[in-house]
Amino acid sequence: MAEIVVRAVSHSYQLARGGRERTGRGAPPGWALRDVELRWRDGGAYALLGPSGCGKTTLLGIISGLIRPTRGSVLYGGRDVTDASSRDRNIAQVFQFPVVYDTMTVRQNLAFPLRNRGLAAAEIDRRVGRIAEALELTELLPLRATGLSADQKQILALGRGLVRDDVAAILFDEPLTVIDPHRKWLLRRKLKEIHRQFHHTLIYVTHDQTEALTFADEVVVMQAGQVLQQGTPEQLFLQPAHTYVGYFIGSPGMNVLPCAIEPAGGNGGGAPRARIGDHAIALPPAVDRALTGGGFELGIRPEHIAVRGDAAGLPLVVTTVADHGRFRIVSARLDDLPVKLRLGPAAADEADPPAVGQILRVAFPPGRICLYRDGRIVAPAAAGREGAA
Amino acid sequence: MIEKTRTPRAWLLILPMLVLVSFSAIVPLMTVVNYSVQDILGPSTKVYVGFEWFRKVLRDPDLHAAFLRQLVFSAAVLAIEVPLGLGISLIMPRRGWAISAALVVLALPLLIPWNVVGTIWQIFGRPDIGMGGAALVKLGLHYNYTLDRVDAWLTVLVMDVWHWTPLIALLCYSGLRAIPPAYYQAAAIDGASTWSVFRYIQLPKLGNVLAIAVLLRFMDSFMIYTEPFVLTGGGPGNSTTFLSQYLTTLAVGQFDLGPAAAFSLIYFVFILFFCYVFYTVMNRVGRG
Repeated sequence: MAEIVVRAVSHSYQLARGGRERTGRGAPPGWALRDVELRWRDGGAYALLGPSGCGKTTLLGIISGLIRPTRGSVLYGGRDVTDASSRDRNIAQVFQFPVVYDTMTVRQNLAFPLRNRGLAAAEIDRRVGRIAEALELTELLPLRATGLSADQKQILALGRGLVRDDVAAILFDEPLTVIDPHRKWLLRRKLKEIHRQFHHTLIYVTHDQTEALTFADEVVVMQAGQVLQQGTPEQLFLQPAHTYVGYFIGSPGMNVLPCAIEPAGGNGGGAPRARIGDHAIALPPAVDRALTGGGFELGIRPEHIAVRGDAAGLPLVVTTVADHGRFRIVSARLDDLPVKLRLGPAAADEADPPAVGQILRVAFPPGRICLYRDGRIVAPAAAGREGAA
Repeated sequence: MIEKTRTPRAWLLILPMLVLVSFSAIVPLMTVVNYSVQDILGPSTKVYVGFEWFRKVLRDPDLHAAFLRQLVFSAAVLAIEVPLGLGISLIMPRRGWAISAALVVLALPLLIPWNVVGTIWQIFGRPDIGMGGAALVKLGLHYNYTLDRVDAWLTVLVMDVWHWTPLIALLCYSGLRAIPPAYYQAAAIDGASTWSVFRYIQLPKLGNVLAIAVLLRFMDSFMIYTEPFVLTGGGPGNSTTFLSQYLTTLAVGQFDLGPAAAFSLIYFVFILFFCYVFYTVMNRVGRG
């Protein structure tokens, strides 16, 4: 077990390790990863989250030793392992679809990594027994692995990593892809249990935000080969560092509205305001005074928009209402800008569900507003800052 | 819900296929059955003889010898070609232009017409001018496939290995390519040796492909005709007379249609039976 550091890693599938970009001639190489910097402490549960093609599987391959990065290095507990093989790095991996040795029994599968490392038979039996118990595989031990269900096979694949109690990290490459939906939940819970029990460093690649947010202590959100943000699920939700993170995390994603910022009132009082068309929105007083002018974006979560009874709020024209049972998603327009709201069922202050065409008066609570310029955050939500502290 | 209705028109729809299969399989087969139970003396004189021909054929010592020869030949073909083909597929290149080169070289023997294969080996094996035969003679061996029974037999075997091992290699190669890379990665992480990777990943994943390969090679080798006919004509003596050669001599050479038909049926049923047994056993082994 060890701290894992990814230092200035860039990778292009067209360039070998240390390869240089040729200038002038030929097409420029496509970078699957650009300048990735990560630090993962020992024993943490991490998720790599991003859409298909964002580079997360490439990054996992670089961490596991299957891919040698074009530039940069990977350190395990301070040791540079960039050129070491998967085996030398002493990691375990669970793949997208279950990889088990079909002709072996469950017991032989679990014992296989230990036999290859030349352990004594008694020690192998002891460890296999212990892991089988932890994974609730004891009854299946004498059976052929080929007859197991997909989720049992995935657990068995995990078990082959767990029997080696010195593994540096266990990597998961979208391991729930082939699992039935109702089994996914059980398997995720089992993973959490295993993490609590064994304290391995777990790295989990997925494009499913629910999986990432429920599994990990910290989530790394990636897009187009770059790390946009590393943070706890709460941080990602309340203070997305990039409008893409705000949009990708949450259901529906964050509302991002172009705006201009007006400084606080000239006579020393009042707070700065964001202007969207003819509408003025109060910002928290703490927003940096240097931030003024156009070209900003205002981010607000659909959950945080408050419906007001009075006539002073922002007028939203409702376009559609989708009832999800526990909550309603209201799509509306502020002038020409689409805005989504997430409302609880039959809120106390609202007798009837909003109707299409109706004008909703809403407020954006200043403490929930994030401000962005060119997609990057310039002023995180104040409430999030307190919440995270 | 889909309602099922019974209608005689359904029969109309399968009629074309029925007609086609009748002409391609059922009618010819029944003709053979017809021949096998009659003694046809002339176009208008035929006598029903029951199972007489079957009894006669089954007691024929020449047939017993040919049958034994055939079994040994097929067994030798399988014993050599399957491991050899598998071995070739394992060492074949996995990337780059070398894949295409290897595939083309392997496919060459399969693209040559069978009678040409026989002719190639007939010349190649000649002790006076053939490259292979003359080389053996130069090495001091008394090789002559037209005179020596063992030489003839071995030449037919080597020819078959040359001709058909590529098929097994290609089948296995495609099977190997179909194994997802994750298996090899997992094996590397588990610290598996090359032998373990072969034994626990490649061989089990190739099970189905190998079953097909063995079936194909058994059926084809059990019915081998063209190549030895061109190469040795069944000789010297009867040393390379395999079953279909024997059958052809019976039917076309001596025009004994009754016994030939009876033997055809026995031949057919035997191959069918063997393939059924083999396929069932392979499936059992595969499922464990």
